[in-house]
Amino acid sequence: MTAVTRQPGAQADERRTPAVRVHGLRKAFGSAREPVLALDGLDLDVAAGEFVTVLGASGCGKSTLLRLLAGLDRPTSGEVDVQGGQPALMFQESALMPWLTAEGNLQLALRLAGVPRQERAGRCTELLNAVRLGNVASRRVHELSGGQRQRVALARSLAQGSQVLLMDEPFAALDAITRDLLHQELLDVWRADQLSIVFVTHNVREAVLLGQRIVLLSSRPGRVLRTWDTRDVPQDDVAGLTDEITHALREEIGRHAHA
Amino acid sequence: MPTREQSKTQQAQRDQDLAQLAGGLDALENAPGGRRRRFDITGVLAPVAVVVGLILLWQVACWAHLKPTYIVPTPSSVASNLWGLITHGTAWEAIWVSVHRGLIGFLASIVIGTVLGALVSQVALLRKGFRPLLSAMQSLPSVAWVPFALVIFQGGPALIYAVVLLGSVPSIANGLIGGVDQTPPLLREAGTVLGAGRFELMRSVLLPAALPTYLTGLKQGWSFAWRSLMAAELVATSAQLGTGLGGLLSNGSQDSDMPTVLSAIILILLVGVVVELAVFDPLERTVLRRRGLTSSGL
Ligand SMILES: Nc1ncnc2c1ncn2[C@@H]1O[C@H](COP(=O)(O)OP(=O)(O)OP(=O)(O)O)[C@@H](O)[C@H]1O
Ligand SMILES: [Mg+2]
Repeated sequence: MTAVTRQPGAQADERRTPAVRVHGLRKAFGSAREPVLALDGLDLDVAAGEFVTVLGASGCGKSTLLRLLAGLDRPTSGEVDVQGGQPALMFQESALMPWLTAEGNLQLALRLAGVPRQERAGRCTELLNAVRLGNVASRRVHELSGGQRQRVALARSLAQGSQVLLMDEPFAALDAITRDLLHQELLDVWRADQLSIVFVTHNVREAVLLGQRIVLLSSRPGRVLRTWDTRDVPQDDVAGLTDEITHALREEIGRHAHA
Repeated sequence: MPTREQSKTQQAQRDQDLAQLAGGLDALENAPGGRRRRFDITGVLAPVAVVVGLILLWQVACWAHLKPTYIVPTPSSVASNLWGLITHGTAWEAIWVSVHRGLIGFLASIVIGTVLGALVSQVALLRKGFRPLLSAMQSLPSVAWVPFALVIFQGGPALIYAVVLLGSVPSIANGLIGGVDQTPPLLREAGTVLGAGRFELMRSVLLPAALPTYLTGLKQGWSFAWRSLMAAELVATSAQLGTGLGGLLSNGSQDSDMPTVLSAIILILLVGVVVELAVFDPLERTVLRRRGLTSSGL
């Protein structure tokens, strides 16, 4: 965590140092002779404590971007810099270990994060309470509903103690009401822990609701097409912004129909 | 952000509504599920009926004098022979000799097979070298090794263990390798993101994920160990080795004593069934149930 190495008085500087810096990011799949360019020339900075949502057509490279940020894959070229070491990544499916209980999954994350044994149980309870799951701690993954699984997954991501949280359509498979709840919980922990979040979604409404900044990616190759800042928009104009972004997204998808 | 400030009370109201909603959803989600499954008596009765049917068929064949009784003895003569073996202690002795050999051989196979499997699944070069070999070994009936082992170990007990190991180590190693290979990439990646290095990934993600397939490998390993043991005992008989179930079978065969031969076969089958029912089935069921991998009907 950056807090440990921070110089006294460097607070102001750190505000300006982005939590995530991506510069000229390029990722090609396939053979060297016939490369498929997923990302090309993508630039993106995420400030410390900022909530950024990423939108784009299916297959434009959103997951690829997060995988590169999480270090699960290497860029073909370009720079990726994430402050504070290994960021947490939440997948669309919960990706919990099915042989462990909800609590066991958090314990595992805490152990791998190097939290001393005697602190783990307490931290575990805290995390489960943060996602209001204290009463199902001893349930196994298959005994949890989809929404509960994603909450455990969120708690597990928080257990890592990273300042940067990457989320790949984490709530896409949930019903609207459960999703609303999780949005609220996510915003709560984001504020409480001052996380920097990159949140990928297909859902424009979700992107506008959550993001301070909304980034629209183009398709083939993926790069930043446009950015909106919801902090500049009065709250009663959220619907207008949603329409505007939806329009831009449609236009981008439509562009490929003629290509 | 003045607009956000204005809506603070509105926000508080919303939070409260959400909390109430969450309570409702949780109550629904936490509804007690799945009753315990009741014991199914037909699971026991059906196989018993099949066995009784086969014995009846056998008895009918004897009554029809299809073969002379010194070739196909009657069920009752086999039963009395078996009873004699049991009451005289011969059967227990043979079972003890074979089962303790089988257990020692199998435990050694577990250690060797597991270490080998773990190494082969993790080290690319070992994998290239050993994977095809292990598959080939698995399809080779280990009785084929007996003549060779006889010469190498000069009829000593090591010969029997060697054959047992050759029979079961490949199954166990392949079970583990298969389980590691089938681990969903998503879980692997989740482990990596959580900060697991190579060793931790193996210990905390891959090995637990591989457990069901590994158990299947163990079960197959045991059945191969048992078969190999019987084959070895059948072929390699000497005073030095004592008389196991395979030896009993071999003695019966040399004396053309068909009731003893059939009794030995029945004992060999029984041990196999008992181990499967008492050890592997419950183990497998527990593991699968814990992961929610059994349908409630099974
Ligand atoms: N391992 C891979 N090998 C080859 N091509 C890949 C691989 N991973 C991704 N791609 C390609 O890269 C492009 C971007 O994929 P990616 O999964 O990042 O898209 P996405 O924006 O997350 O899509 P979705 O919204 O459907 O999740 C796609 O065209 C995909 O086919
Ligand atoms: Mg994706």
